[in-house]
Amino acid sequence: MELILVNIIDGLVTGLLLFMLSAGLTLIFSMMGVLNFAHASFYMLGAYFAYQISVALGFWMGLLLAPLIVGVLGAGVERYGLRRVHQYGHVPELIFTFGLALLIEELVQFLWGKNQMPYDVPEVLNFTAFAIAGNSIPAYKIFMIFISISIFIGLLYVLTKTRVGMIIQAALSYPRTVESLGHNVPLIFMGVFGVGTALAGVAGVIAGPVLGTFPGMAFVLGSIVFVTIVIGGLGSLWGALVASLLIGWITTFAKSYNILMSDILNGIGISTPENMSENIFRDLWSITSPQIADILPYILMVLILIFRPAGLFGKRES
Amino acid sequence: MKKFTKLGAASALSLIIGASAAFAENIKIAFIDPLSGPFASTGTNGSHQFEFAADYMVNQKGGVLGGTNFEVVSFDNKMSPKESLIQLQVAIDQGIRYVVQGNSSGVANAITEAVEKHNKRNPDSRVLFLNYAAVDPALTNDKCNFWHFRFDANADIKMDALTDVMAQDETMKKVYIIGQDYSFGKAVAASAVENLSAKRPDVEIVGNELHPIGKVKDFTPYSRKIVASGADAIITGNWGADMLGLGKSVIENGFDGPIYTYYAAGSGMTAAFGESAKGRVRLISQGGINPIATEEARATYKAFKEKYPDGNIDQSRIFNVIGMLKTAIEAAGTADDVVAVANELEGMEYDSMWGGKLFMRPQDHQLIQDMNVGVHTDENIEFDYDNSGYGVLTESTVEMAAMDSPTTCKMKRP
Repeated sequence: MELILVNIIDGLVTGLLLFMLSAGLTLIFSMMGVLNFAHASFYMLGAYFAYQISVALGFWMGLLLAPLIVGVLGAGVERYGLRRVHQYGHVPELIFTFGLALLIEELVQFLWGKNQMPYDVPEVLNFTAFAIAGNSIPAYKIFMIFISISIFIGLLYVLTKTRVGMIIQAALSYPRTVESLGHNVPLIFMGVFGVGTALAGVAGVIAGPVLGTFPGMAFVLGSIVFVTIVIGGLGSLWGALVASLLIGWITTFAKSYNILMSDILNGIGISTPENMSENIFRDLWSITSPQIADILPYILMVLILIFRPAGLFGKRES
Repeated sequence: MKKFTKLGAASALSLIIGASAAFAENIKIAFIDPLSGPFASTGTNGSHQFEFAADYMVNQKGGVLGGTNFEVVSFDNKMSPKESLIQLQVAIDQGIRYVVQGNSSGVANAITEAVEKHNKRNPDSRVLFLNYAAVDPALTNDKCNFWHFRFDANADIKMDALTDVMAQDETMKKVYIIGQDYSFGKAVAASAVENLSAKRPDVEIVGNELHPIGKVKDFTPYSRKIVASGADAIITGNWGADMLGLGKSVIENGFDGPIYTYYAAGSGMTAAFGESAKGRVRLISQGGINPIATEEARATYKAFKEKYPDGNIDQSRIFNVIGMLKTAIEAAGTADDVVAVANELEGMEYDSMWGGKLFMRPQDHQLIQDMNVGVHTDENIEFDYDNSGYGVLTESTVEMAAMDSPTTCKMKRP
């Protein structure tokens, strides 16, 4: 029972982290219609910048400055890269962001090398916040939850309650109308792209010390972010939140408990074949839930695409 | 004018031929390991150590066979057996006769099979596979062949030595075994269960599981299970990013017992573990560097640090590979006839600068050597890893470990 509570907290941390990445990606997609393959790379840049800043100025300055730098970089990429490619259509845009992802990974390896960086949890947060039945919850995890939730609330507030948010929302659906009303739509695009990448940067800053700061970090997280926004519904902030939490909890619980496939199959009334070594479904029978935990989100995505193609909270029907 | 052009072209041509002739003289060694992706750091550090060892131990000392140099050519296999076979073919096409690989026994299994087939079909361009780190026991048992030589101790030998040390800990009652889901991880788990139940029947194995290799983002759920199981000690064969992720995560999430590992040092891991793992992470390896065994080794390590200030010699067996290959080529009097070189390697006795004798067992091509169990600490460390002040201090040594261990290898010689 205690373990369930612990897993809920762990899953929440994973989910919220995923949310910070997918929130930016889903906003950028709904606005520009382009899937930013380099999104996870900005997450990686966030971690590396924060590490470099933390060496000189400490963790907190890293948390403050690194996302800003990443955001400015992101805005620059939109202004001088994507906007030029935009006129040639979506495929060149996709290829552009894909190339950018490879470029950033090589650049990071060139500047920092291939080793893991000793980017650590700050001293002030390096203690056990509380323990549930011997399972300690590090204070840093609580801090991660706190940061992500405040970002979500802030984002929701800006998007729904402020004038800027309203213009953004209008620009999402009717860019031409908004433009003819005298708003600078390209500037809004650039701003949203910058904020989206900055969010990925924040995720990198706070995830770097826990998940490791190494050149493969973007690759490990890259595909799951796309799965998240497809499940949540492209362009929906709430969808991104729900899908992220769902994925966080599903994978955490699947890994924490050794649920055997043979038990499930027995449970639904299929008896274990006697001669296992000659059975063609031998591998299926021996599967355990931790082994397939990481592909569960992909299975969920396929199911969502079949039964609800727009995603959980998606509005687009096209 | 026309004459000039002709002259120019001719001299350019002769230059090219001359240059390629000079290249052809080098004895090339193909290094096939991951240089990109999650295990890039492990592969790159290995490649640096090979390049340095070839240069320092051979080329700077006058080469072999009266002045021929070693040249290490690196190929990125992206940790995939399929990609490795492509790179192997590329290497063979370039006329390379010596292949070294170590990261992942899955890859090693693919290479050793491919090498055997290739050598059977192409007696004129046979290659030797010098395996410096892939430790799946099958490679020197059921899957052994004449072309494969293993310079690291296999997983069984290591586990035998590691459990000898573990068994002395009377307070240990529950052990958790976790590893990467592929042949090596499974071999480690099987060997751990077998050894523990023989040496400490009172110890309960409270967990034995495998996780996907190189794909786990966050080890927290695994750590929770380990803590919840009440384990006093963990055994893992994890390496690279998987080792670091697991180690950091279990310590962070409240596990306070020792972690017995195969590869928890270097490549950024030692720095990242730092204070938190002091006296907790133990690893089994050959050739300890603290305390260093010989003056020669000390000089070598210092020279390495001069060339790669950020690097580590975390796989000192690489120097044994180069040293033994050099000796074998000298003794065979040729580098082109790999059968002759292999015959020299077989049964070779070699004094390692990292301490102890090495013996290439002829019946299965498994190198027999001293095994050390070391601990991650910052005390009495002369050569630290990752410039972190922390390193691995040898605590106990098993001499010529598993010298008489059985093998199922039925070696077919050409």
